[in-house]
Amino acid sequence: MGQTTVVDVNDLSRSFGSKRALDGVSFHATAGQVYGLVGANGAGKTTLIKHLLGLLRAATGSVRVFGLDPVRDPVGVLGRVGYLSEERELPEWMRIDELMAYTHAFHPTWDVTYARELIDTFALDPAKKIKDLSKGMRAQAGLVAAVAHRPALLILDEPSSGLDAVVRRDILDAIVRTVADDGRTVIFSSHLLEEVERMSDHVTLIHNGRVTLSGPLDEVRRGYQRSRVRFAEHFEQPPVLVGALAMEGGGRTWSVVHSGSLEQFHHSLLAFGGEVVDSRDATLEEIFLARAGRTRQPVEAV
Amino acid sequence: MDITINLTDGVPIYRQIVNQVKYLVASGLLLPGEELPPIRTLALQLKVTPNTIVKAYGELEISGVVHKRRGSGTFVSDARPQLALRERRRIIEQRIDALLAEAHQLNFSGDDILRMLHERKAAMDAGTDEEPAEVKKK
Repeated sequence: MGQTTVVDVNDLSRSFGSKRALDGVSFHATAGQVYGLVGANGAGKTTLIKHLLGLLRAATGSVRVFGLDPVRDPVGVLGRVGYLSEERELPEWMRIDELMAYTHAFHPTWDVTYARELIDTFALDPAKKIKDLSKGMRAQAGLVAAVAHRPALLILDEPSSGLDAVVRRDILDAIVRTVADDGRTVIFSSHLLEEVERMSDHVTLIHNGRVTLSGPLDEVRRGYQRSRVRFAEHFEQPPVLVGALAMEGGGRTWSVVHSGSLEQFHHSLLAFGGEVVDSRDATLEEIFLARAGRTRQPVEAV
Repeated sequence: MDITINLTDGVPIYRQIVNQVKYLVASGLLLPGEELPPIRTLALQLKVTPNTIVKAYGELEISGVVHKRRGSGTFVSDARPQLALRERRRIIEQRIDALLAEAHQLNFSGDDILRMLHERKAAMDAGTDEEPAEVKKK
């Protein structure tokens, strides 16, 4: 497994007007791994990605891709990057085959056979104009343009957004091939946590412009449990339990996502006359919702 | 290879693959000497990152379930009999744990469950005796 650093972002901050879009974000990617970025809309994922592509200049902090500054050396960076965004900005007036020739011209490593194979697989008509394509076909055409030069780094910004299951599967396949074929690197953002859990080796949660959770998927998940608990009496508001991040339910039965010492959790549960019905490892979705404060949250226990 | 990934019960994906391959071997659905799918193929089939398959195969190799042959692939080892008992136990124990948790929630004691288990077993055994007669009636 390679330890080559592909992306190195340190202490990156960015404001748009009075809004702090990124606040001290650090993010690192090594070769041959898949990185999932998650967070609510407007959390800062796209702003981070735009810095990687050199579309935004780092005001505070530093951004390096392949050891280069993407703003100062766009050719050195973008030549080795494949990019597909949610908007899928493609030249509307081009035909698919023209788009392929156009993209080919920018990328000496373009693999004609691979591009043709993908276009066949997706059953795209090369003579069709981009503006006449359905949403799914646009995504497929954009995907071919993003991967056919076999980029060292593939960046996908909400690639599955608004797409049906078939095209979503095509995108996941492209991620697998990128990594499996010769150990290249993928960074993708998604609000579909199931996709992230399946496809990511590392996950990074961005919340209000800050990285609130980041690491190898198994490590991020380790230490979070979801327990169903039952109390002797009814509670209107969830009682404050040690280590509890989020509680859902009502009355005597609550579902708790918790981390930290199990012993302390059980101890504080006992103090409220409660007991654990069952426990299991929390899913990524449960962890992220709890960390992003989406569920009813008890006041932080000391 | 027949593997299903379930993302609702919190079990890491590589562990689900390890468990299911062990089960396939323990139950004789994968035979000693049989080749497991290449990493890329299984990753595409399951829609998971290839590194998860690498991790699962690595763990299976450490526990002696499979072995790698240089330049070819990953093959099921001959260690089935010893594995079978341990894995069979583990699979059943998981089910028992789930049953006990559910029972506890529904206010059944351990003794209640033992009694019900015997009753169900008796009913099922009787059922297997009766079944052929019922089939004949049709």
